[in-house]
Amino acid sequence: MMAMCLAIPAKVVDVKGDSARVDFGEGVLREVNVALVDVEVGNYVLVHAGYAIEVISEEEAQETLRLWNEILEAAEA
Amino acid sequence: MMVENFRFRDAVLAKRVVKKINKIALKEDNIKICHVCGTHEWTITHFGLRSLLPDNVEVIAGPGCPVCIVPASEIDEAIQLALKGVVITCFGDVLRVPGSKMSLLDAKAEGADIRVVYGIGDAVKMAEKNVDKEFVFFAIGFETTAPSTAIEVMKKPAENLSFLVSHRIIPPAMKLLVEMKDLSLNGFIAPGHVSTIIGVKPYRIFPELYHMPTVVTGFEPLDVLFGVYMILKQLNEGKPRLENEYIRAVREEGNVKARQLMRKVFEVVDGNWRGLGVIPSSAFKLREEYESFDAHLRYCLKAKEGVDIQPGCKCHLIIIGKIKPTECSLFMKACTPQKPVGPCMVSSEGTCHIWAKVSKVA
Repeated sequence: MMAMCLAIPAKVVDVKGDSARVDFGEGVLREVNVALVDVEVGNYVLVHAGYAIEVISEEEAQETLRLWNEILEAAEA
Repeated sequence: MMVENFRFRDAVLAKRVVKKINKIALKEDNIKICHVCGTHEWTITHFGLRSLLPDNVEVIAGPGCPVCIVPASEIDEAIQLALKGVVITCFGDVLRVPGSKMSLLDAKAEGADIRVVYGIGDAVKMAEKNVDKEFVFFAIGFETTAPSTAIEVMKKPAENLSFLVSHRIIPPAMKLLVEMKDLSLNGFIAPGHVSTIIGVKPYRIFPELYHMPTVVTGFEPLDVLFGVYMILKQLNEGKPRLENEYIRAVREEGNVKARQLMRKVFEVVDGNWRGLGVIPSSAFKLREEYESFDAHLRYCLKAKEGVDIQPGCKCHLIIIGKIKPTECSLFMKACTPQKPVGPCMVSSEGTCHIWAKVSKVA
């Protein structure tokens, strides 16, 4: 699905100024604009219409799972 | 992919949160929760999340489809330019959206040069490569998309490129919805990727002024279920507040660079939304400094009033979640994804289109 408010995560493969090559998984590489974020090779970015809008990290993903469990446990207490 | 697949669709967690939702909902009367993002509607419909919710909890789709709310007059302007020989570059979703008399696709069939691009960057490159042609990028989309326009305008692109800026700002539309008393909303699922840009602060007015629980929510099925649960919990406690469920992609302050760029390039003006009318301070316009890139001025376009809603079409009610697609007499009869009557059936983010593509949603 190509949706206008959807942003898709991709891994940064190389960076050249405001431009980076990113991997959407399974070797699908695309050039995207990274002017809105500070990125390094290996970072994951959220890409919308060819522009990276945020950097996402493994830690923040883990944090979501922690938040969810906390919410459930609070409710179960 | 690590971030999005890692337990974000865990069935055990889903069962646990659904159980909590059902338990807490028992204590409430009828609850109506509104989201304002086409991708939320897709997640909810595609994964059948409504069927997991108790009967007294309803999730409705607000005006979250950026293509659907572009008024016919602005489509008409793009068509006018295309028929004059200007190359129109646009997102694929907008091609079949009806203008007053025709769509961009109809104009293309008549020989107009209309090219679908993945993003504004492609339009910039095309204009650079074809200096003998005039290009216009039809810049639609909410705050998720507007920063990309701001980046390219700031860079002062080739002189043969200008922009029809039709960007819209989401929080003022949410304010309109909450003020429609007959909609009687009880909570907002705030849009994840708009919030990646604008942060959480612009939603503060909803809990503070309107006592509406508001949760910024991500797009995995579990995100949405947790968003719903967090809203119910706030209602149950009688303490409406602003919470962020989508911490992995939304910072408190949003994307500061993007917000600064948008402020530099755009001024905020009143905007017409198809089906909703004019909403104060809900649209972007290029600032004076960049007005040489404004296609309105470059080609002396004057917006005439367009025909936003075709006879029989109920997109204006669908767009505020007042009725379901199945309650429209045209749905899947005169109006189908192959032959759409209204914008909600055209775009992959339109509520009618999403419902049409997924069976057993009602």
